[in-house]
Amino acid sequence: MTSPTLTNTVLYLDGVSVTFDGFRAINKLSLAIAPGEMRAIIGPNGAGKTTMMDIITGKTRPDEGEVFFGGMIDLTMLDEAEIAALGIGRKFQKPTVFESHTVADNIRLALAGARSPFSALFGARNRIAEERIDAILSTVRLTEHRTRLAADLSHGQKQWLEIGMLLAQDPKLLLVDEPVAGMTDAETAETAHLLKEIAHEHSVVVVEHDMAFVRDLGCKVTVLHEGSVLAEGSIDAVSANERVIEVYLGR
Amino acid sequence: MTRRPILLAMLDGKGAIFLGVLAALAVLVPLSNLFLPETSPLHVPTYAVSLLGKYLSYALLALALDLVWGYCGILSLGHGAFFALGGYAMGMYLMRQIGPRGVYGHPVLPDFMVFLNWQELPWYWSGFDIFPFAALMVLAVPGLLALVFGWLAFRSRVTGVYLSIITQAMTFALMLAFFRNDMGLGGNNGLTDFKDILGFSVQAQGTRLALFVATVIALALGYGVARYMVTSTYGKVLIAIRDAESRTRFLGYRVEHYKLVAFTVSAMMAGVAGALYVPQVGIINPSEFSPANSIEAVVWVAVGGRGTLVGAALGAVVVNMAKSWLTGALPELWLFALGALFIVVTLYLPKGIVGTLAERREKRKATATAKTAGIAAEAAE
Amino acid sequence: MSRLLCLILALACGLFAAPVCAAPADTGDALLLIASGRFPDIEKGVALLARSGDARTQAIIEALRDGRLAVAADKRVVIEGANGSWSEAATGEALAEAPPSPKAVRLNNRIRRAVEAALGALTLMAPDAAARRQAAEAVFRSRDATALATLDEAIAREEVAGIRRLMGEARAAILLGDAGASDLQKIEAVDILATRADQDALALLRAAAAQGSPTVREAAEGAITAVERRLAVLSMLQNVWYGLSLGSVLLLAAIGLAITFGVMGIINMAHGEMVMIGAYTTFVIQELARTHAPGLFDWTLPLAIPMAFLVAALVGVAIERGIIRHLYGRPLETLLATWGVSLILQQTVRSLFGPTNREVGAPSYMAGAFDLGGLTITYGRLWIIVFSFAVFSALIVALKATSFGLKIRAVTQNRRMAASMGIRTSWVDTMAFALGSGIAGVAGVALSQIDNVSPNLGQSYIVDSFMVVVFGGVGNLWGTLVSALTLGIANKFLEPFAGAVLGKILLLVFLILFIQKRPRGLFALRGRAVEA
Repeated sequence: MTSPTLTNTVLYLDGVSVTFDGFRAINKLSLAIAPGEMRAIIGPNGAGKTTMMDIITGKTRPDEGEVFFGGMIDLTMLDEAEIAALGIGRKFQKPTVFESHTVADNIRLALAGARSPFSALFGARNRIAEERIDAILSTVRLTEHRTRLAADLSHGQKQWLEIGMLLAQDPKLLLVDEPVAGMTDAETAETAHLLKEIAHEHSVVVVEHDMAFVRDLGCKVTVLHEGSVLAEGSIDAVSANERVIEVYLGR
Repeated sequence: MTRRPILLAMLDGKGAIFLGVLAALAVLVPLSNLFLPETSPLHVPTYAVSLLGKYLSYALLALALDLVWGYCGILSLGHGAFFALGGYAMGMYLMRQIGPRGVYGHPVLPDFMVFLNWQELPWYWSGFDIFPFAALMVLAVPGLLALVFGWLAFRSRVTGVYLSIITQAMTFALMLAFFRNDMGLGGNNGLTDFKDILGFSVQAQGTRLALFVATVIALALGYGVARYMVTSTYGKVLIAIRDAESRTRFLGYRVEHYKLVAFTVSAMMAGVAGALYVPQVGIINPSEFSPANSIEAVVWVAVGGRGTLVGAALGAVVVNMAKSWLTGALPELWLFALGALFIVVTLYLPKGIVGTLAERREKRKATATAKTAGIAAEAAE
Repeated sequence: MSRLLCLILALACGLFAAPVCAAPADTGDALLLIASGRFPDIEKGVALLARSGDARTQAIIEALRDGRLAVAADKRVVIEGANGSWSEAATGEALAEAPPSPKAVRLNNRIRRAVEAALGALTLMAPDAAARRQAAEAVFRSRDATALATLDEAIAREEVAGIRRLMGEARAAILLGDAGASDLQKIEAVDILATRADQDALALLRAAAAQGSPTVREAAEGAITAVERRLAVLSMLQNVWYGLSLGSVLLLAAIGLAITFGVMGIINMAHGEMVMIGAYTTFVIQELARTHAPGLFDWTLPLAIPMAFLVAALVGVAIERGIIRHLYGRPLETLLATWGVSLILQQTVRSLFGPTNREVGAPSYMAGAFDLGGLTITYGRLWIIVFSFAVFSALIVALKATSFGLKIRAVTQNRRMAASMGIRTSWVDTMAFALGSGIAGVAGVALSQIDNVSPNLGQSYIVDSFMVVVFGGVGNLWGTLVSALTLGIANKFLEPFAGAVLGKILLLVFLILFIQKRPRGLFALRGRAVEA
């Protein structure tokens, strides 16, 4: 495996560590995602998957190590809003949509564009074309739920709405945390399809437990264990790796 | 599908009723006070006009509080401080209007300064003899405090109960400060014995009516501003912050800027409310800063229904009318009643009066549409 | 005021002290001077008497002080006793009949001072050590040169080192002000006073520095710097002590909150009222003791502690079961509802006991003070500090070493896991809330000793308590301890510069700013679990 260089990556982590009260959640983690790549990240509970997302999106500051976006932007210096504005979208493990808003308004708030209070009060934010909203709603198959409150959606629909919001942000990189947790098999298959569609135009990092789903995605897999990379490769190669079997699959 | 213009969206059913009631009050109360004979059951005596004016200035405070609590989830336990600061700014103007008519007859210094042997007006009193300046300060002082306080708090992401506790500490600290004579604002006794406002005697019937009408107009304007804010996309972002702050952040919104705008506007509205309150009540003193006052304002909003604006104003008026009546009739019972109100509203009426009514109507509408849909489906078969 | 008290005490003790020496008699001459009726002569007579060492001296001078010394028409000096009896002043012999037209010897303030100084000097040799100590203090203050002879003699006889030192200081004080003393004596006196190192000594040294000869002045100035340095250290220590005392009060008030808010995450705005209930429980118990068993008064506080705990804990159970239980996960609503509870509790107490302050007495062991190397330590403060630390330790033990504590920690860390392991989480919630409330009640017992017991008692502590808990770091009892003591001491150090109110304001502003910097307090937990 050749070591990836900074310039041809969309996301580049090197030697990242973070400690919570003496517990090393991430330990010298290094990872590189190429532009347009889709990557699945798997690992047992506590392997550091969510903390890694927190670091990339600016929620948690690493104690040491480098995190670069697009080869040149140091993410450790920025906060969540700035990182989101750069074009990194994140879907949470638990679906978080704005429950008091309609489905359309959820997308409206997520659409790329000016974000300042001033624009929201008097300016461009109030003149968003409905067509853009419609386009995204049809992508995530929620067109007929347009005027419903997000709170009234089913679990799976909320997951899709959140993916839709991510698309509306039009990010260069999508971080998707357990998108199919709690979904029916049909919904899972649909979601895999949806993500593959998205991956044509965006780089996507998917964190997932569901091995069948990861297999469906058919992309490169990284296995995390105790905060660092245990193995990397195709799903078949990884599944055959003895250390992976030992710490994760075999148990 | 096309979007409705924002001004149309602003005026929903309850807003229209609210503004209608305010317009009626602004016209009918002065008419009744001036032209109906005192024996008429519909006559509103002058003292009642001022009392009503006081309730409405509380309503504006409640409206301000609802903007931050109802729409942004910031439970401020220190809004009384902004109210009191606005009140003090107005009080300082009114003190300067007394001129040489004080008990000690000093040409410039207010009585309490003469009493404390002060030789000259402290610097921060200068300019307050000019009404436009005082009016500007009514907005600027609370606004600035909110801006600085909010900037610090929101930037470091102090939220939830922590924010509530430090807002309470803020108003508590201000109360202690205003109790000090050295503060140069009347210490314990505060500012009182006002004579004129804009050249008219504050006691005169006409002035009292004018102040009442001004309060109604301020309340209507406050409602307009708040309603515009919450119906614009800005308001949608506020609600998004309230429901899922971190999600909003990951969408790229600078949550602290949004909160800061709402908090500052709200503080300025509270300041205006205080400024209208003071001439109608005739006194402002440090007890207005007491944490209990601020938290009482919270229950007005809760009773009326938070996140409804109209409900907040309604709650303020209803609770304060009940307070006036109870403290007159059964003074021992008032705190029991107020305490029970806090408990009952949080346990059994979390959406408040207006929120609960709106919910009922929604439900009725939903069942009605379901029924018609069912009938239509049957007919189609 | 207290000095006067000391003097009176000294004199009272002197009454019972038998005169120790019976020496040559200037008494006759002295009495002649006193009988003269001229103030300067009377003063001289008193001085002469004081030096005489006569056994009668004390009786005569006391009679003079009390206005019972009289001069008869035949120039005899007589003393009026009880029930109109008379006795000869010089011998003490009772007179069979009343002397002809006795006139009481008049006094002016100068003479009164001389009289008191003389009496002070006399008690210097009393058999009772406490009386001698007080007499030495009295002489130190009066700096009466006439006492010098007696003082020298008393120093020679004195066997208690502490009193001898005190007498030496008194002697130094006299010499320093005595124009007749040599520079050498004065410098020696300066050295002695420098070791005393209190405000009195400082005043004497300053006087000496202002008027003595150059050598004395130099010595005195050196001593002044030394004394001032020592006094500065002392006042700092005193501040630390006051701060500790205030900190322990804050700790007491906040510690219950550290359980309910810090550990369980419940915002209980009625926490202050739990403290108030504890204070009123103490009041009720004292009232019962006053009417039914006055002898038990000293036991009321130890008795009140478990009672206050019980009463407040029961109220806590009622609040938790009735209200808070239905609001878990909605902290802001809990805040509002418990504020309602606090209003109701206040008004209930106001209706039951009236709106005014109620008197809660201090048992004997809470009164008084002692001196610790120049620090005045009052027993009241000492006990409160001891008590608050005891409560804190008990709480730590309860949480760390009992199965109940284990259950509380389990539930706060992972409610669902705890429930699935068979812990009745709702029962644990109730009990933990009762524990926090009960401790607040116990705090009320202590606060009843130092604060006004009124329905508003709780209100004055609520902002402070929350600040202590938040500053210390929510969920961390040790943080609460450090925070309470830090805030208490900081407050006392700010007071001299800023005044009590401004000091408090500054502290609040500091706390508000601090929370911006460290939103989760001094000793915050960090990581994902906290933010979830």
